[in-house]
Amino acid sequence: MPTTLPLKKKDFVSDQDVRWCPGCGDYAILAAIQKTMPTLGLPKEKFMFVSGIGCSSRFPYYMNTYGFHTIHGRAPALATGIKCTNPDLSVWLITGDGDGLSIGGNHLLHVLRRNLDINILLFNNRIYGLTKGQYSPTSEVGKVTKSTPLGSLDAPVNPLRFALASEATFVARTYDTDVKHMSQIFTEAASHKGVSFIEILQNCVIFNDGAFEEQVAKKVRKEKLVYLEHGKPMTYGAAGNHGVKLNGFELEAASWDEGGEVPSDVLVHDQTAENSTLAYLLTQFDDPLPVGVFRKVERPTYDDGINAQVELAKSKKPSDLAALYRSGANTWSVS
Amino acid sequence: MSTQTPAQELDQVTVMFAGDSGDGMQLTGTQFTTTSAIIGNDVSTFPDFPAEIRAPAGTLPGVSGFQVHFGSVNIRTPGDSPDVLVAMNPAALKVNLSQLEDGATILVNEDAFTKAGLKKAGYEENPLENGSLGAYRVIKIPLTTLNREALKDVELDSGAVDRCKNLFALGVMFWLYDRPLEPTLEWLAKKFGKKPILVEANSKALKTGYYYAETAEVFTTHYKVKAATHLSAGEYRQVSGNEALCLGLVTASHKAGIELFYGSYPITPASDVLHHLSRMKHFNVKTFQAEDEIAAVCSAIGAAYAGSLGITGTSGPGVALKGEAIGLAVMTELPLVIVNVQRAGPSTGMPTKTEQADLLQALFGRNGESPCAVVAPATPTDCFTMAMEAVRLALTHMVPVFILSDGYLANGAEPWKMPDPDELPSISVTYAAAGEGEFEGYKHDPETLGRPWATPGTPGLEHRIGGLEKWDVTGHISYDPDNHHHMTVLREAKIQRMQVPDAVVDGDQDGDLLVISWGSTFGAVTSAVEEFRGSSDAKVGHVHLRYLNPFPKNLEAVLGRFKTVLVPELNMGQLCMLLRAKFLVDAVSFPKVKGRPFQVTELVDRFRQAVKG
Repeated sequence: MPTTLPLKKKDFVSDQDVRWCPGCGDYAILAAIQKTMPTLGLPKEKFMFVSGIGCSSRFPYYMNTYGFHTIHGRAPALATGIKCTNPDLSVWLITGDGDGLSIGGNHLLHVLRRNLDINILLFNNRIYGLTKGQYSPTSEVGKVTKSTPLGSLDAPVNPLRFALASEATFVARTYDTDVKHMSQIFTEAASHKGVSFIEILQNCVIFNDGAFEEQVAKKVRKEKLVYLEHGKPMTYGAAGNHGVKLNGFELEAASWDEGGEVPSDVLVHDQTAENSTLAYLLTQFDDPLPVGVFRKVERPTYDDGINAQVELAKSKKPSDLAALYRSGANTWSVS
Repeated sequence: MSTQTPAQELDQVTVMFAGDSGDGMQLTGTQFTTTSAIIGNDVSTFPDFPAEIRAPAGTLPGVSGFQVHFGSVNIRTPGDSPDVLVAMNPAALKVNLSQLEDGATILVNEDAFTKAGLKKAGYEENPLENGSLGAYRVIKIPLTTLNREALKDVELDSGAVDRCKNLFALGVMFWLYDRPLEPTLEWLAKKFGKKPILVEANSKALKTGYYYAETAEVFTTHYKVKAATHLSAGEYRQVSGNEALCLGLVTASHKAGIELFYGSYPITPASDVLHHLSRMKHFNVKTFQAEDEIAAVCSAIGAAYAGSLGITGTSGPGVALKGEAIGLAVMTELPLVIVNVQRAGPSTGMPTKTEQADLLQALFGRNGESPCAVVAPATPTDCFTMAMEAVRLALTHMVPVFILSDGYLANGAEPWKMPDPDELPSISVTYAAAGEGEFEGYKHDPETLGRPWATPGTPGLEHRIGGLEKWDVTGHISYDPDNHHHMTVLREAKIQRMQVPDAVVDGDQDGDLLVISWGSTFGAVTSAVEEFRGSSDAKVGHVHLRYLNPFPKNLEAVLGRFKTVLVPELNMGQLCMLLRAKFLVDAVSFPKVKGRPFQVTELVDRFRQAVKG
């Protein structure tokens, strides 16, 4: 018997105690997911949460759905096997900046370029939490941590730029203190046929507190974030009189009189643009920091392709073992 | 075939075709083998090729060889030492000469023994002229010239003409051993059907070679090898170990009525498994060429979790990379088949050379107490049976199962009596269905100790699994000390509880010497034991193990019935170490790690030494 719809948030809450540190950004992300899932119109048994290792990867234990807490960095590979053989599932992959971009960087690249129809949530707190405070591949240069007392040396990777370069078909950014925005992005990701990659700026209250405070704090948010909306001009600010425009090969912030008309050179967001150049420029911009859907394009999915090939083969040839044994070989009889 | 030359009858012959890796020696050997099988001989082959796709022409590393042993008697190995070496160039002669015994025949392409050709092979003087081959019967044929002459009217460039000379050599060999040309002519017509000129050229080269041998009287005699009589009635084909393995896996999934998912990353000598399975999609087979070895095994585990038959295949270096993920399959108690087509190691080792040194890796190569079942096919055709067995064990007990094949089995071929699919055993699979109350994901079957296979998408069975230790029954995370001990014991018990056939002792059932072998050494050890028993008064028995974990239940009792236990292995004594550790028996190792299989003679010598004490 399939679960009766509609479902409520509580249907998605498992009986396990949540064990993140008090004040961790993960709580809000969990709440946003549990709030969004019932709105997607799918029965509970169709949801599959897959994760790797790290603080964020505990996530599946707290969802009352199917869940697989796998090994470090490998969740995309597990998810590939699951989605290819069980394509009706709504698969959600939970990873972090270490799990996804350090140990699992290779798998992330390939799952994105294959366009597997799953949703990837990368919790980016720019630090290693579960191993207690080493720098991560998204930490800024010079980061002083337990393993880098004189500061880290390596340049960080930008998750969205990584995703775009890997030919991801849905690329978005949201942040942990805005359940409404997260929920909106999750809903859009769920409706996207293909791989969805979402970077969630997430605060680690213990080892990297305030990592994104300068941009996402409630009191600065309106001036420091630009909310990308498809077909709308990229404006921001409490009075809506700031915007983003193109100057040569760079983006720059522009301002005009309060209440004035939006200048014509303020960019209008087109998330469906086939050419990803503008989306790429947006990932390089940080004042204001763009959030929302950067890119959403259609491309055949890997799971559809692999299943279509099997169906095509089945339609052309019967599954006759005796014939298989004889195919492509010289046979002879011994009497 | 009528001929003036007298024909002598032989019961078995070994031929080695050797040449440059671009000379088409694998093809030549395969055609010779197929034809021999078609006329009823028993056959066994051993292709020996370099890892380099095209090493510099004429050099020693570029030599590619194909050995075939055929006969009217039971043929279990590709033969210790070739009776005939076909050497297409000086390098091929140099590389293979040490394999030959005095009196062997060497057929050389005289045209290739030029100053430049000799130099590339590192010969300071021409071995055909300095008397160094006095112990052998050397037949010098100007193959290149004769082939060019034969094809002078065919409109092909000189390179393409020269590439037909392997067919000329094959024609010569067909005459020498009285084999028909038709199967090869038919094959050429099929293979080059779209390029009639190539059909014409190759067919002409083959026929001219044959008639040249017949009329030029280069041989004083030629030979007949009658059809084998021990092969039971039925329909046969040639099958390599990798082919048989794939057919076995597909048969098992078909019998179990579930989809097969194969996740793999190309690696020698396992890549052919991926190639073959990718052409069997009409049997509900999905193949996934992953980005690396880790992704390959993880995708298979994902597929297994989702309710499919998850299989991954690789060679030893790949298994090293897959270790952590295999541990995940152990912990999550999911069925998984891991194919290891072993090759010489460690590290990159010798990719195209055979070895069976990954037994301990299969058993212990993971962190923590992480038991897996291990089976090992004995012959190329046995890869079919053991693949089915691996699937049965994995699905029945919800555990990872290793199949330890190797390069020798994978590329070697022998006749396979094709089974009637309806007569093969069925495999049953039961997925969990929702019942009363909360689903208990780790409630183990009292008999098999398997846990319920609850596939995502099934209403009412929502549950979470992962690599963390679980409570028995509920499957929730547990750090409880007693539970961890209990679960560790349970995971091992699953393996030990498996039903595997008892070990069968060939030869004497008790006495002086018990020879224990496993995997691809079956043919050589069986032949050696047979030969030794015929020439010695010692009481000698032989057990060949196809189940390495768990061992057959009667093995300990068998070991106790012999004075000496000798374990020949293509490693430094891994099975021997296990037998000593597990059964406190004073087993003696006979190790060999040369990238080559055992020879019957070296085994017989060692047996003789063993019974002398």
